[in-house]
Amino acid sequence: MEDLSRFKQTYFDESAELLEVAESGLLRLTPGEVDSDEVNAIFRAVHSIKGGGGAFGFTDLVAFAHEFETVMDGVRNNTIPVTTELVDTLIRANDLLGQMLAYAREGDSAPAGTTDGTVAALRRHLSGGAQPAQAPAAAPAAPAPAPVPAAVYADDEDDEAGLFGDAMAAIAAARAEEDPVPPGKLRWTIVFRPRSDLLMSGNEPAFMLRALRRLGDATVECHTDALPTLQNLEAELLHLSWTVTLIADADVDLDKINDVFEFVADDCDIRITAEAPPPAAEAPPPVTDPVPVATAAPPAVVAATPEAPKAEPPKAEAARPRPNGGGAEHAGLTSHTIRVDLDKIDRLVNMVGEMVITQAMIAEHVRELPPGEFQELLEGLEQLAQHTRELRESVMSIRAQPVSSVFSRMPRLVRECAATTGKEVQLVTSGETTEVDKTVVENLVDPLTHMIRNSIDHGLEGPEERERVGKPRAGTVHLSAQHRSGRIVIEITDDGRGINRPKVLSKAIEKGLVPPGATLSDEDIDNLIFLPGFSTVDQVSNLSGRGVGMDVVRRNITSLGGRIGVYSTPGEGSRFVLSLPLTLAVLDGMVISVGEERFVLPLTNIVESLRPKAADLHGLVGKCDVMMARGEYVRLVYLHQLFGIPGAVADPTGALVVLVETEDGSRLGLVVDEVLGQQQVVIKSLEANFRRLDGVAAATILGDGRVALILDVAGLREMSRHMDSRAPRPPVAALPAPALEPV
Amino acid sequence: MSSSTALATVGGTRTDARNDVMAVNAAEEQYVTFTVGSEEYGVNILSVREIRGWTPESRLPNLPDYVRGVINLRGIIIPIFDLRARFGGGATSVTKRHVVVVIQVGERTRGILVDAISDILAIGHDAIKPPPDVDGGMVDAEYLSGLYTADDRMVTLLSVEKLFSVENSELDSATKALPALERAS
Repeated sequence: MEDLSRFKQTYFDESAELLEVAESGLLRLTPGEVDSDEVNAIFRAVHSIKGGGGAFGFTDLVAFAHEFETVMDGVRNNTIPVTTELVDTLIRANDLLGQMLAYAREGDSAPAGTTDGTVAALRRHLSGGAQPAQAPAAAPAAPAPAPVPAAVYADDEDDEAGLFGDAMAAIAAARAEEDPVPPGKLRWTIVFRPRSDLLMSGNEPAFMLRALRRLGDATVECHTDALPTLQNLEAELLHLSWTVTLIADADVDLDKINDVFEFVADDCDIRITAEAPPPAAEAPPPVTDPVPVATAAPPAVVAATPEAPKAEPPKAEAARPRPNGGGAEHAGLTSHTIRVDLDKIDRLVNMVGEMVITQAMIAEHVRELPPGEFQELLEGLEQLAQHTRELRESVMSIRAQPVSSVFSRMPRLVRECAATTGKEVQLVTSGETTEVDKTVVENLVDPLTHMIRNSIDHGLEGPEERERVGKPRAGTVHLSAQHRSGRIVIEITDDGRGINRPKVLSKAIEKGLVPPGATLSDEDIDNLIFLPGFSTVDQVSNLSGRGVGMDVVRRNITSLGGRIGVYSTPGEGSRFVLSLPLTLAVLDGMVISVGEERFVLPLTNIVESLRPKAADLHGLVGKCDVMMARGEYVRLVYLHQLFGIPGAVADPTGALVVLVETEDGSRLGLVVDEVLGQQQVVIKSLEANFRRLDGVAAATILGDGRVALILDVAGLREMSRHMDSRAPRPPVAALPAPALEPV
Repeated sequence: MSSSTALATVGGTRTDARNDVMAVNAAEEQYVTFTVGSEEYGVNILSVREIRGWTPESRLPNLPDYVRGVINLRGIIIPIFDLRARFGGGATSVTKRHVVVVIQVGERTRGILVDAISDILAIGHDAIKPPPDVDGGMVDAEYLSGLYTADDRMVTLLSVEKLFSVENSELDSATKALPALERAS
């Protein structure tokens, strides 16, 4: 059972990828110029999803995928013309397929009628084009005086029936004379000739024969003619083939029989013939030569099939690019990439993490050795440190993925939003190749979707209004990603109307988020949009006006250790800036001490550390202390005050000031007792067993086994700002304090 | 560094028939009991992961005094709660003899700082008395799951989930209401 669920997991993972393949293929599908590779890729994707779904018994999904696949097949055979409407229908179908997968994944069945509309649309296209060989043979229901070979199927719909048909017809005719098919039943003749290497792929013919027997009354005949002599026998090869005569109820159709061979369709020849009720024959004649293992096919027993089998296999391959083409492509892929369980990588990441800690521990002990005596040991350790760092980076890069997987979803979103809002929107993306940890990439989808919707819905004006204010009719949304100071920074810029501050403020007051009469800075007002339950749209729109918007975005981003900021200029547009860590596992930090406590400051935040002279220090309007550093005044923040640490050095001239910089470029001076040294630290979650704390990004374990908190510089600045503006500071309580609830 | 003690060795000092660990029947559950000052508390043994000697904690900023800090438990970071401080007795001044009971609450692992482990008791459901109706908010009975008499001692049985859920909400409100520290000038 557990095994099955593991396969299921793989199936869903792969299906998700296949859906993406299909979608990107569909988006590139343009009327008039059909790239057959592209079409084949889409077809294969849908087909694979269908195939796997069948194995797990997701009947709804398979039924729908089948409809989808049928249309794609028509496109592939050029019987269905590619039109814009068709592409739209197919994109919808692809979405729906994704939904069906989601239902299947949850173990639910899709609500009845979910697929009806899309199926109808698909069928409309189908009836426009030629009907591919698809309708099963249940047709010949009427008893005819003479045996009617109702239809002949190859193992693939693409196969032309003709070649093989004659032979099978002859067999059927021969047999029909002897044994009548009971009324209301159908007789199927299934010739199953596996390739000799079928067993290598772990398939067991006996299962299939048993499965056939479950469908009805089956007579199985085994052909042993191809068996080599004992000394030539290769036990791992399959030398047998079978002919099954199946008397089944009328509701057993071709699909059901084909399902039995779902997994081996590519590794064998299957010929299925149906025959209607009229008199039919027993004693199935041994049909055809067995597996065309190689050259010397034994003489055919039945005269009717002299050439067909030998002619068949190559033809079948030529006629279906599906399995073989797919296989080849996969083979091409596998030579460059492997699919690895994420758990394994995470274990590796953890191991490297522990190694980094151990290395730090050794380094700590070595520092206590008498200097000058262990030169080689020190050099060795230095190298070890270097290698550890490289190892860490390599391991992290395994988990890194380009953000393009998220960015590529946005054009479609923009198209839809533009259509819904009646606005004209142009999306410009840049920096798609920027890489960041997989978890970060995955968790970016929702926030970005929401923010882009928000930009189009709230930010951009309608085309008329834009013309009135002298802007181009089409608004532009710019989505960019880049690495900056060890983090990834994603910006979403629109050239719309900007944040309407008076409206935002009055709304916030109306909702009780800000006390009436409060005076807020522009920046504070802009940030009000991140408050829970805030939404300025008077009418709840389909897109983003549900009031669950930006606060959720903010929470998502914060939970990834990121931050979000908004910069807006009325009339010119808004810019949302997300800054996220590249990896969630390790960082380079500076260990500092305050009182008895030790903390880690991310190295990326540190500009320099210095010991200020009394002359450099000033009080600023009685609110805070500032310090002159390199010709610039920076605000001093006393860590021991923020964190309430006893026994710290209170006088900055006796302490150290670490000049730190946040992602948005603002600087402040952090007053600490001592800087102990630089070290790689493994990021450990505080939230896993406890909760988030203000001013703390995470925790880590130092060389001596003690826990140290990793400081969040922007968070510290936020805390200190609230401390400094002591007197009347109304909005503070309501300001978006980062999510407090334990995760 | 770590001084974990296997649970089995903890209760071995007493050989009172009722306390016999082996005499577990269906209606009974086992409790690990420990002392804080002169009081004795018990938690269900199923929620106890291990018991370890005191190792110095790292403090967490701006939290109530009963949040002692965090320690490194074989690579994971767990918070330590001071039970004495939790019940208003002020922060425990720790010695090497103090003990941390590591407890699993749902997905989370946490430690409780107590004075000493005292016993493992098999307690039948019938023997657990409900906590008295303490009014006036003197005792928040939410996290008390019952009282039990062992010989002449009273053991207060704690409901771990409730105890921590109360702490969570209080922690949140405590943090929210925490006045920003005045600048020492």
